[in-house]
Amino acid sequence: MNIPDKFYWLMGGIATLLVVASLIGWILAKRASRRGGSATIDNLNARTRAWWVMVAVLAACFLLGPTATLLLFAIASVFALREFVTLTPTRPGDHLSLVVCFYIMLPVQYWLIYDHWYGLFAVFLPVYGFLSLPVLMAMSGDTEGFLERVTKIQWGVLITVYCISYVPAILLLDVHGDANQKLLLIIYLLLVVQISDVLQYVFGKLFGKRAIAPRVSPSKTVEGFVGGGLSAIAIGTALWRITPFTPLQACAMSTVIVVTGFLGGLSLSAAKRGLCAKDWGSMIEGHGGMLDRFDSVSFAAPVFFHLCRYYFF
Amino acid sequence: MWLSRLLAGMVRVLVGAQPRWIGCRPSPALRIYYANHTSHFDALALWSALPNKLRASTRPVAAKDYWSTGIRAYIATNGFNALFIDRHADRSAGDPLAPLGEALQRGQSLIIFPEGTRHAQALPSPFKSGLFHLSTRFPDAELVPVYLDNLYRSMPKGTFLPVPLTCSVRFGKPLERRADEAKGDFLERARAAIVELA
Repeated sequence: MNIPDKFYWLMGGIATLLVVASLIGWILAKRASRRGGSATIDNLNARTRAWWVMVAVLAACFLLGPTATLLLFAIASVFALREFVTLTPTRPGDHLSLVVCFYIMLPVQYWLIYDHWYGLFAVFLPVYGFLSLPVLMAMSGDTEGFLERVTKIQWGVLITVYCISYVPAILLLDVHGDANQKLLLIIYLLLVVQISDVLQYVFGKLFGKRAIAPRVSPSKTVEGFVGGGLSAIAIGTALWRITPFTPLQACAMSTVIVVTGFLGGLSLSAAKRGLCAKDWGSMIEGHGGMLDRFDSVSFAAPVFFHLCRYYFF
Repeated sequence: MWLSRLLAGMVRVLVGAQPRWIGCRPSPALRIYYANHTSHFDALALWSALPNKLRASTRPVAAKDYWSTGIRAYIATNGFNALFIDRHADRSAGDPLAPLGEALQRGQSLIIFPEGTRHAQALPSPFKSGLFHLSTRFPDAELVPVYLDNLYRSMPKGTFLPVPLTCSVRFGKPLERRADEAKGDFLERARAAIVELA
């Protein structure tokens, strides 16, 4: 099977899944409305509707090609960084460094991918970006809570720009054969992360009893993680045909994606809790903000990228 | 009109300017929106948060010294139809509030900042008396308190590039009028209505 065929099969599969989810949601909502409705089911349906939109946007970008895909993730980064900074208290002295984050660091990071400049892509933010932030803040003359302020902005940039940019960075990999294989690899990563999130949520709602970290996130349970994680690994393994991996390698890759994705969701939930917020934003109905959808991706993407780079290409 | 749409669209993309109608609904009734003042973007942000239809009949009051030169003047006049007020006018030159009164008489709603100048802080400073005079002269106009969130972080005093944070624009319940209320009490009550939205 060639790459475009794989793409259409995959999209057909996802669409079928969403049709089933929409139908189940519709039936549940009908049954619930007789008993006065249910907030959980309304949220479930809002999430499914948002999934339709997100899958459509993603599919459109992939059909348009690598540049459109790169732009899509750059925009996602802007929204994620914006949500992060909005929730993080900043002072007037942070203004210049924030301006530089949004208008210089973020575009340069994505331009480096466009330019296929891997060496600088990997070190630009963690070295040059992170060194220039304290300099810019020192120049403002405000020393109140200096270290904390620098750290908060560095962390925001790390998660929302550096880590998320690793998803389209897959385009930098030297995959043999069809270049579209790289786009398919991006879908594979996103699909496994997101399906793992969804299934952990579903398993957690149905069977969840023991919370993993009750103070961080009461909705993350042992049952949800094990049930949802194993199912996601099974799906990731079954999809080995759309990847350059063997079934065993696909299984290992999915395991890595599921575990790192879970750890990302956990860490960012803790960050959210620390900022006294429930969601990062409100732009995606039912899901919260952009960063609520990208929290797991931000941890899984760099690890997936480097594993691919060192072992496969 | 295209410039207005473009402007409102850009403001919404750049600083969010998400409207939250907490204490009232959008309405074509004669209104005086009064808000806390923390950045040059305030008038534009509040105005962009209004529905398209209301925007045409609502005029932000803008400082003449900042908005009436060069490209800013073009944007202010053709983009958001600003009403200029001279903050440094001396009293002998006539009533500085006169243009505001004329606009209200023509049925145009206003956006004003009763603090008079920008303060980079979360809560508003004490109000100047302009709001009180407008309120007594136009008892039928609804006084809608508005809290602008985060704009002081997006564009603090002395800076010219806004950081694209998500700023929200919260509309409160119209201030009730009390007969024979002293100026100081009225202004403090009006200010408290904004603080409540913070």
